[in-house]
Amino acid sequence: MSFQDIKFSKEELARYDRHIIIPEFGIESQKKLKAAKVLVIGSGGLGSPVLLYLAAAGIGTIGIVDFDVVDGSNLQRQVLFGINEIGQPKVEAAKRRLESLNPHIKLNLYNVHLNSQNALDIVKDYDVIADGTDNFPTRYLVNDASVLLNKPNVYASIFQFEGQVSVFNYTNQKGETGPNYRDLYPVPPPPGLVPSCAEGGVLGVLPGIIGSLQALEVIKVITGVGETLSGRFFIFDALNFETRTFNIKRREDNPVNGKNPTITELIDYEQFCGMRAVEEKPLKEIDAKELYQWQVQGKKFELIDVREPHEYEIVNIGGELIPLATVLDNADRFDSNTDIVVYCKGGVRSAKAIRQLEEKFGYKNLYNLKGGIISYIDQVQPELTKY
Amino acid sequence: MATVIIPTPLRKFTKNTARLEVKAGNIGDTIQQLTANFPDLKKHLLDEKGQVRSFVNIFIGNDDIRDLQQEKTVVKDDTVISIIPAIAGGI
Repeated sequence: MSFQDIKFSKEELARYDRHIIIPEFGIESQKKLKAAKVLVIGSGGLGSPVLLYLAAAGIGTIGIVDFDVVDGSNLQRQVLFGINEIGQPKVEAAKRRLESLNPHIKLNLYNVHLNSQNALDIVKDYDVIADGTDNFPTRYLVNDASVLLNKPNVYASIFQFEGQVSVFNYTNQKGETGPNYRDLYPVPPPPGLVPSCAEGGVLGVLPGIIGSLQALEVIKVITGVGETLSGRFFIFDALNFETRTFNIKRREDNPVNGKNPTITELIDYEQFCGMRAVEEKPLKEIDAKELYQWQVQGKKFELIDVREPHEYEIVNIGGELIPLATVLDNADRFDSNTDIVVYCKGGVRSAKAIRQLEEKFGYKNLYNLKGGIISYIDQVQPELTKY
Repeated sequence: MATVIIPTPLRKFTKNTARLEVKAGNIGDTIQQLTANFPDLKKHLLDEKGQVRSFVNIFIGNDDIRDLQQEKTVVKDDTVISIIPAIAGGI
């Protein structure tokens, strides 16, 4: 339906009055918002403000992609959720919150892991994509899907105190298409070099700021009001309160829409980001139930916890605390003659610790606890505190 | 002296300094000085061949050095150089 055919109820006109009375915005822009379909990928730190503001602003159809459930450690920044939603699928918790905020909009839920098999099918029904995911494979997947389907991709990313925003693959009124993520960053960092927010942390208010800017750009892309960040790359440093806006351009060697495109369909993004290579190195693993068996059988083994002291304080299962960063300096505390189970929160840091020890000292007796302490709590001691 | 703004993820390699002053003729010299003064930065800025990594962008003022003369881009006393690595966080 064309935006000109959009009608509003009395309630809607009253609701959107503060938009409609802005001379540069007016009823026409409000109609464009109602006619628009926006896909928000990730309903976490960035997704929360994006969804809240887009729903409040009256975007007619909003799709939400997220496979995760609400966790207590999300609430420090994911303002879409409250303590009553812990353990619930994020898309469903988001739907309830957004429906109570604005009953005049339609919400489509995708409780799935976005991947090369389903991305085009989901993205194709939307006008604008807002990417608020948390890993490089999905960033490149979302970029390529939006370029292949010719959709603008409003991009935002955060880490610790730093945020980035841009509008990718935006075609202006003259028909000129701006740069996309691959023009800015042709290849991702190798795994392990750049930590994720789960490992490196993020100040809770930062996604609130950056996600709000992302919502702003979505509204500008839809309405055509103002100048979008297409061809520009915005950086916010919350520590020094510095903002910078750089110029970015399309590149001829862009593999998706450069001079000689080599990517004409979605690829294996885990492989592209080097994730597979890491997985190929086999690690000895033990799952939570096996560990419990070892414990009840009285088997002789050691348990080492490579998390940080404050995490140990939240919950521990009796392991000796040697944080990841200090593992190599404390290698003498790892006995090479006894089986040792190493664990962290989810199994990533402990795998790193084991690799470091194996590479440097040739250990052969280290077992990684699959799924970390969280999996142990879920499967063995559900009464312990999860975080 | 030109100014180099270090992004937060890399500040742990520059003794938590956000702004560094360098006396250099071009971007290549600037990077060389930075990595000589802070050796831990090297693996984050340069690949095995000594090229600027393609997930690290360097801007002079508001412009990408890839749109100028790459590492040969001239640096003046009042130049502000920004190093912007890819970050992917969102949740």
